[in-house]
Amino acid sequence: MAHAIMRMKDVNKWFGKFHVLRNINLDVASGERIVICGPSGSGKSTLIRCINRLEEHQSGQIVVEGTEITNDLRHVEAIRREVGMVFQHFNLFPHLTVLENLTLGPIWVLKLPRAEAEKRAMQYLERVRIPDQAGKFPGQLSGGQQQRVAIARSLCMDPKIMLFDEPTSALDPEMVKEVLDVMVGLANESGMTMLVVTHEMGFARKVADRVIFMDQGEIIEQNTPDAFFDTPENDRTKLFLSQILH
Amino acid sequence: MSSVNTTSTAENEGAPSKRLSVWAWLRTHLFSSPLNSLLTILSVWLLLAIVPALIEWSVIRSNFSASTAQECRSTGGACWAFIIEKHRLILFGLYPYDEQWRPLIATGILLGTIILSGFRRFWNFWLVVIWTVALIAVAILMWGGVFGMKFVENNLWGGLPLTLILSTFGIAFAFPIGVVLALGRRSNMPAIKAICVVYIELIRGVPLISLLFMSSVMLPLFLPEGMNIDKLLRAQIAIVMFAAAYIAETVRGGLQAIPKGQFEGADSLGLNYWQQMRLIVLPQALKIVIPPLVGIFIAMFKDTSLVVVIGIFDLTQSGKAALTDQTWRGFSAELYFFIALIYFVFCFSMSKYSQSLEKRLATGYQR
Repeated sequence: MAHAIMRMKDVNKWFGKFHVLRNINLDVASGERIVICGPSGSGKSTLIRCINRLEEHQSGQIVVEGTEITNDLRHVEAIRREVGMVFQHFNLFPHLTVLENLTLGPIWVLKLPRAEAEKRAMQYLERVRIPDQAGKFPGQLSGGQQQRVAIARSLCMDPKIMLFDEPTSALDPEMVKEVLDVMVGLANESGMTMLVVTHEMGFARKVADRVIFMDQGEIIEQNTPDAFFDTPENDRTKLFLSQILH
Repeated sequence: MSSVNTTSTAENEGAPSKRLSVWAWLRTHLFSSPLNSLLTILSVWLLLAIVPALIEWSVIRSNFSASTAQECRSTGGACWAFIIEKHRLILFGLYPYDEQWRPLIATGILLGTIILSGFRRFWNFWLVVIWTVALIAVAILMWGGVFGMKFVENNLWGGLPLTLILSTFGIAFAFPIGVVLALGRRSNMPAIKAICVVYIELIRGVPLISLLFMSSVMLPLFLPEGMNIDKLLRAQIAIVMFAAAYIAETVRGGLQAIPKGQFEGADSLGLNYWQQMRLIVLPQALKIVIPPLVGIFIAMFKDTSLVVVIGIFDLTQSGKAALTDQTWRGFSAELYFFIALIYFVFCFSMSKYSQSLEKRLATGYQR
């Protein structure tokens, strides 16, 4: 196994009295592609949101690229530069054009000159196959196009890790494929470290190095996709798989 | 009374355009129900009672050219000759008569800069430069004392330029302060939040008049012996403080309308707090609150007339001064009509501008 780019040790988190993450231990190797699945409320989104401090963990250790996530804002900002995130509801900035959405981070956070930021933005728009939409506002695009813009926006920051929080759940069925295709391309061509919360089991089989199953805040089972889907060990995993694979 | 009848437009939606006959139009818009008919008749009666009389007074029987009050009164209509006779006193107050070209130019500069700021193509760094130059020019013109211009103390300033200065500076300073207060009120830091909440609630709990009195009567008590802040400046500060509190609450409403996802999206890119506010949150929040914000600006423009309570001669007050002339007595209707017209032109322009701004900033929203 290559060196761990992200390591979680005994991580716990509560929402009020609700224990949402229980003793999570997880090592992610550089370049590894991980799919996280589980019933709703199992803590899978919270888990990846802890990695870029959108959620705060209350005990345990999270180390990203050798930097531990603490209350120190500088550490948090340093980690956010290395970690990109794609959201269920895209979270594009509606008052900016697609191109401006993409160049915002590079210009203000990475301090790139505008021309270079725009060149980079256009490269990634090519990559997600919508360069012709650069001048439009997000509200003028379809859901699938918006999510591809969101992926491009994250990539523009040159992250080492990409987090995907149910990237296809809010999309109309006919748009799911165009987004998954982009994600498969990203996995195959760039060797990006990816953590993907999704119920797209086809994607998991095709791309993932490891599938993690979570329930009630715990990691119940993890394995290679083939082993995970064909010979699940835990009863809860079996039940979950029987419910989503019909 | 088309405003009462809301269904008629919906009926026509999507249908091929057809011209209603006059009779059909009347039936659907003015006489669709007994209540609607009653309201229509009432409104027509009201209009008939007011409009002809108003036109007769202000136009038909009015007098623009009388040279004495006696002659003017004899026509029985509005005596606009009074306004013409006294326009310089009304517009410029007690400012020395021979120097009144200076406030006239200052007013022109202020208005020009304000109009310039309305165009989006000037929304850049140069606007700051233009404003700085304009305000310095206004100050030099009003005070004088250089370039051979006589020094004019600011207790002689008055009329329209004074109203414009008070409201322009008022808006220019109250707006950024209000935005900062709104951000402070939503801050995670308890001390900052507490200060902002206390400030906003205190100011909003007090009428502007009492703030003006306090600024002119109480403030000197707290200042060290011999230190004296100019009366006009004190009034200006009171207006800024007052408006900032209201702007803060309005802007806070806009901030609360921004979905959490916008903050998370900005967080995930690594933007820091001030970058998030400036680039992501405020542009969207302020756009939402343009209508109530312009409402505050309009109220502020009119509220500057309250400075009269501490003896400052704004437009309303310098108009009243024109009434005290013994030879031209009894034309207060004409005077207040004229002053109201000036206020209306300014407020209506602001209102219209805000509507066009809303339209221009729309970007096909979808969240």
